Amino acid sequence: MQAHLLSLLIWLPILGGVLLLGIGDCAGKSAGRRLATVRRLVTVRRLALGFALAVFVLSVPLYTQFDTHTAAMQFGEHHIWVRAFNIHYSLGVDGISMPLILLTTLLTVLVVIAGWKVIRARVAQYMAAFLIMEGLMIGVFAALDAVLFYVFWEAMLIPMFFIIGVWGGPNRIYAAIKFFLYTLLGSLLMLVALLYLYHLSGGSFRILDYHQMQLALTPQVWVFLAFFAAFAVKVPMFPVHTWLPDAHVEAPTGGSVILAAVMLKMGGYGFIRFNLPITPDASQELAWMMIGLSLIAVVYIALVALAQRDMKKLIAYSSISHMGFVTLGLFVFNPYGLEGALLQMISHGLISAALFLCVGVLYDRMHSRMLETYGGLATPMPVFATFMVLFAMANCGLPGTSGFVGEFLVILGAFQANAWFAAVAALTLIFGAAYTLWMVKRVIYGKVASPQVAALADVEPREIVVLAVLAALVLLVGVWPNPLLEVMHASTDNLLQHIAVSKLP
Amino acid sequence: MTNLYLAIPLLCLSTALLTGLFGKRIGPRGAHCINIAGVAIALLLSLLVYADVRGGHSFNGAIYTWAVSGGVPLRIGFMIDQLSAMMMVVVTFVSLMVHIYTIGYLANDPGYQRFFCYIAMFTFAMLMLVMANNFLQLFFAWELVGLVSYLLIGFWYERESAIFANLKAFLMNRVGDFGFLLGIAAILYLFGSLDYAVVFAGAAISDVQNAVTGFGEWQWTTIICLLLFVGAMGKSAQIPLHGWLPDSMEGPTPISALIHAATMVTAGIFMVARMSPLFELSETALSVVLIVGASTAILMALVGLVQYDIKRVVAYSTLSQLGYMTAALGASAYQVAIFHLGTHAFFKALLFLAAGSVIISMHHEQDMRKMGGLRAIMPITYLTAAVGSFALAGIPPFSGFFSKDAVIEAVRHSRLWGAGYAYAMLLLGVFVTAFYSFRLLFMTFHGSSRAPEATRRRMHESPGVVVWPMVALAVPSLVVGVLFFEPMLNGSLFGDAIHIAPRHDVVAQWAVAYQGQSGVWLILAMVWHSLLSAPFWLAVAGIVFAWYCYCKNTALPSKLAAASGPIYPLLQNQYGFDWFYQNVFANPSVRLAGLLSARIDVGLVDGVLVNGVARLVGRCSAVVRTMQTGLTYHYAFAMIIGLFGLVTWIAWL
Repeated sequence: MQAHLLSLLIWLPILGGVLLLGIGDCAGKSAGRRLATVRRLVTVRRLALGFALAVFVLSVPLYTQFDTHTAAMQFGEHHIWVRAFNIHYSLGVDGISMPLILLTTLLTVLVVIAGWKVIRARVAQYMAAFLIMEGLMIGVFAALDAVLFYVFWEAMLIPMFFIIGVWGGPNRIYAAIKFFLYTLLGSLLMLVALLYLYHLSGGSFRILDYHQMQLALTPQVWVFLAFFAAFAVKVPMFPVHTWLPDAHVEAPTGGSVILAAVMLKMGGYGFIRFNLPITPDASQELAWMMIGLSLIAVVYIALVALAQRDMKKLIAYSSISHMGFVTLGLFVFNPYGLEGALLQMISHGLISAALFLCVGVLYDRMHSRMLETYGGLATPMPVFATFMVLFAMANCGLPGTSGFVGEFLVILGAFQANAWFAAVAALTLIFGAAYTLWMVKRVIYGKVASPQVAALADVEPREIVVLAVLAALVLLVGVWPNPLLEVMHASTDNLLQHIAVSKLP
Repeated sequence: MTNLYLAIPLLCLSTALLTGLFGKRIGPRGAHCINIAGVAIALLLSLLVYADVRGGHSFNGAIYTWAVSGGVPLRIGFMIDQLSAMMMVVVTFVSLMVHIYTIGYLANDPGYQRFFCYIAMFTFAMLMLVMANNFLQLFFAWELVGLVSYLLIGFWYERESAIFANLKAFLMNRVGDFGFLLGIAAILYLFGSLDYAVVFAGAAISDVQNAVTGFGEWQWTTIICLLLFVGAMGKSAQIPLHGWLPDSMEGPTPISALIHAATMVTAGIFMVARMSPLFELSETALSVVLIVGASTAILMALVGLVQYDIKRVVAYSTLSQLGYMTAALGASAYQVAIFHLGTHAFFKALLFLAAGSVIISMHHEQDMRKMGGLRAIMPITYLTAAVGSFALAGIPPFSGFFSKDAVIEAVRHSRLWGAGYAYAMLLLGVFVTAFYSFRLLFMTFHGSSRAPEATRRRMHESPGVVVWPMVALAVPSLVVGVLFFEPMLNGSLFGDAIHIAPRHDVVAQWAVAYQGQSGVWLILAMVWHSLLSAPFWLAVAGIVFAWYCYCKNTALPSKLAAASGPIYPLLQNQYGFDWFYQNVFANPSVRLAGLLSARIDVGLVDGVLVNGVARLVGRCSAVVRTMQTGLTYHYAFAMIIGLFGLVTWIAWL
């Protein structure tokens, strides 16, 4: 079981997705078959939930049976895929990728539940897209072969493209194409870098082989920049971030959740898996650029977020600002920064997902994301208001929530590198609170804005389950992050050693 | 014993969670019952701990490991010594009184259970703050009390002024926390640990003090202390981060008493006292603390003179008294600051509860110009408020007399830069304090009633649950000064919890005057001495002047205001701080944000760069597309030209 666990996690949801596509929505168009259609909808939803839950349950042993003492890849699988080019079907996880896989499996379950009643058109395809995407995303985190990684990386775009393009808002085509082109352009440069490394390594696509390879500084810088093109777009870093607000605004709630919670993490993951260990000298050389761009993200994007009137845009900009902490933490090269960055990725996955779900709850009721539509929600929707304030506080990095841990560690790490980095990064305490709580003030507090708002129904049990799971995790990680950090230590120590040793020949 | 320590905050946390999650099911009665039971047990246990600590059992240990990073364990743990044990007693006692008082004050409020959930949560957070043995937990609790403060200021969330005030409070505190967090980061960088014990031990090593990199002439200890003090300035509302505290009065009165007078706002004072081993290393930092404290003391007291809202008078008084405490910290008289913190917690909570009692009776009228003559209707409220006012003005034998005199004496003996200025300001402050506190008392309780007829007919003394907590607070307001003066003076009150460098020990210098005296004789000597010195007579003068202005010649205040020229409007506008923040920080930030969003992000980055590239590609392809005419002779012509060019080129070679 353990030997094929990762394969199972990748292919089971894909299989489930294909199955759902096969079943489809409609039993027929005639009036007499309407009942059958409704029944089929129920089957489709249950099946989707069943698959998502099964994958989540299966992914739990990744954590419980994880060996925290080694930085080596665990749960490995290795088969030859294309002998002619020495391409392998090679999987494995370490303390860096394992938590991200758990995040993916958990959020897919939540997304399925969140879309339960809301999605009425093409339900089977919707659920299938998320299941297939889940498998592909797990593939990205688990792949140890560069080609396999690249295949998953690109394939993952396709379901997301459809999710935005089919179930999205009015301007969805523009957003979907922008998203696709933006990320594809970066990815192609990564492909060039991978082929170059294949050539240099004497014909290996094993990512771990690249980690051991000597490389002169100039090629290191080029390889770094090629990877940077792919990953900076995904994170997204300033100034290649503008696809994100558009994509979020147009995407359906579930799409936004997966986009913010998991897909953005692939950028950070890419930097950790490729840039830092393969091109450590270039990373050191270009750290000033990475830190500079991160700090711009933290401060400038926070200010931009302050000006937003569309809640989804606001949270999207907030995401960019928070992801600035990830890239900042990665490039100060010390354990606080690195582990802080990893924790920030998980934490942001939970918090941004929760915030997008909150906006989704409102959008489902009022069909508006504009701040001015709302006001005084605490009166008609007290339970919702409690959740929203909790997640807003987590977004401000309040201690006791997961949002604090990552930011705190990254600031500690940044201070070790240079006190001024920490000082600029810590401005998020003020700006983050300003845009988040100003939003809370305008949406949750105040006089009830309109009769429609006054008549709103509070969250129903289905929504409460989704939000409560996230709330519990946000608090758990905030109060006791150690279980999460423990699984990372061996891998982060190993990574820092890699960075410290020059790869120059 | 560890389990006992742990039980104290966890009791409050569990009742808070119970109330928060099952508020509807347990109902208002259930809510106040379990929360009062919880905090009452916490008070008893705290007293037990205090007795134990006085008996010489201190504790410093971890509860659990929050995280490990870079090989450094970050733990949640407790440091129980005389300082924290005393704070625990103060916090749980005032909290218990406020819990009981709330039953009467918030009766029939729809947010009744929510309120109890919040104040129990607050008590938990405040206990974690004072019990912390490391900077992580300190910051944790620091922010958590800020959160509860935010929630409680905005308790009546439909009021625009309340939700403006809570946002302002949170953001201003965040400015302080910005400094605080950087201070903590600097501590970790320098000492490799966040445990108090390790840091204090490390601070004693001299080469750490001088390790300066990239900060010019500054010592690390000075930088750390100043950064930490920025945090204290936010939480304890010192100038210029004070503006949120008067606005926080938008919250229900019980929390003004608990959070914005007795406990949370004193967290900054507590923190600096806790950090005494660090602050003792930097005279620069101490001078800054001293000057900021003294300035806050006098400037805010002056604003208190011109307020008519009864709660705002008490709020400005709190600001001013926090300034006194801060000044004592700056003079290295940490035990005096905590002593004043303790007495102030009782008499200021008392004054707030009394003000609340008046507000209930006046049907939520807070303007003192519409009060007057309440003495006859509300005798117990009047008496307790009088106790509070005497204590605040510093009249013997009320508790405030001893603590305030100690602050002034400590600053008088200080030889730090700025001590002379501080001493003068604090002395002047005594007169102003006495004046505004008795102005409040006379305007509210004396003279004839200025309330409208309808209100007047329904005025009454407040119910027992409101009055009894006030009585319970009046007792310590009366006696704790006498009881704790001697141990404070001879240094046994806090023992090892506070570290003072011998050359800074102003209290020891002051104590020389009372050498050989103890017990009642010491108290009498102290009172006798004060009768011969300036502060006492300044306080008396303030009271008499207040009596003259508000009982005898009631036309005088408005004449004085008119004669004062620009001073009166300046005080009414609180020196323009709010205007400054609104117009220099808040509004321009929002405008800048709008500009950045529209021009830079959407206009430049997305418009010119991203979509611009797309347009460029589009335009190029449009040009190229025109060549695809589909006409054979065009292609033939191009072919001939191409062929010609190619041949020429080859020939050239």
